[in-house]
Amino acid sequence: MSVLISLLIGLVFGCGLIVSGMSNPAKVLAFLDLVGDWDPSLALVMAGAIAVGLLAFRIAAQRPTSLRGKPLQMPTARQIDRRLLAGSTLFGIGWGLAGICPGPALVLLGSGSAKGFVFVLAMLAGMALFTAYERRSRARQAQSDAGK
Amino acid sequence: MITIDWLHFTPASALAGGLLIGLAAALLILLEGRIAGISGIVGGLLQPLREGDVAWRAAFALGLVAAPLLYQALAELPQSRIDTGWATLVVAGVLVGFGSRLGSGCTSGHGVCGLSRRSPRSLVATIVFMTAGFATVFAGRHLFA
Repeated sequence: MSVLISLLIGLVFGCGLIVSGMSNPAKVLAFLDLVGDWDPSLALVMAGAIAVGLLAFRIAAQRPTSLRGKPLQMPTARQIDRRLLAGSTLFGIGWGLAGICPGPALVLLGSGSAKGFVFVLAMLAGMALFTAYERRSRARQAQSDAGK
Repeated sequence: MITIDWLHFTPASALAGGLLIGLAAALLILLEGRIAGISGIVGGLLQPLREGDVAWRAAFALGLVAAPLLYQALAELPQSRIDTGWATLVVAGVLVGFGSRLGSGCTSGHGVCGLSRRSPRSLVATIVFMTAGFATVFAGRHLFA
């Protein structure tokens, strides 16, 4: 059941990206280009999404579980650390280079764009690189902890 | 000074699309108890934490990939253009993949869900990646163009 629900929600999300213009990298770059002729559309995409999100997360916060009785898996990290800042900076640079973030990348892949396909491959490689990096730094941490 | 490009400004469809994105995020937290962060959902596929954690992630990602096919069946897909060259595209993809995982989120996880949760951490992340995005486009289009 969760699989079917997730698939349908993914479809809704993807259609939202298409309708909003987020799946058009040229439009995203026109939003990120403050100095040129600025297209503020994407600010309204965020505003619309957050308006609904605020309501949903307010409801969720008052509930012990989801409506289907599942645990609410809220992020627990609170600290603003170097990882958050460095990661967000790298992500923002990549976003600014092509105008594509992870959701729209998958939509572009589905629309049959060759460039979308290549971007998704590169993005998955970047994510795999992170997994490898994480594993190595964990191992190093464990080693230094054992040496104490 | 900022000049608004009124010709390409699409407030109605931007807002409508935003509401749909918000609806999807709302459904995922209220039904499944999950945060609709695309980098986290996809990244988790490469790093499965638990058994039974793979299927819903794959299904959600498949929904995103299938969205243009569904959309196409009902209406004409809106124009989409990627002007970025191949080499830059690959660099951008790697940075987006690695950076969003290192920073624990992207436009959806921090930008939509995090701000909706009123998380200070996500607010900082969103300000940082937006600033980096603005700076990168500025550098590419106006500084070194």
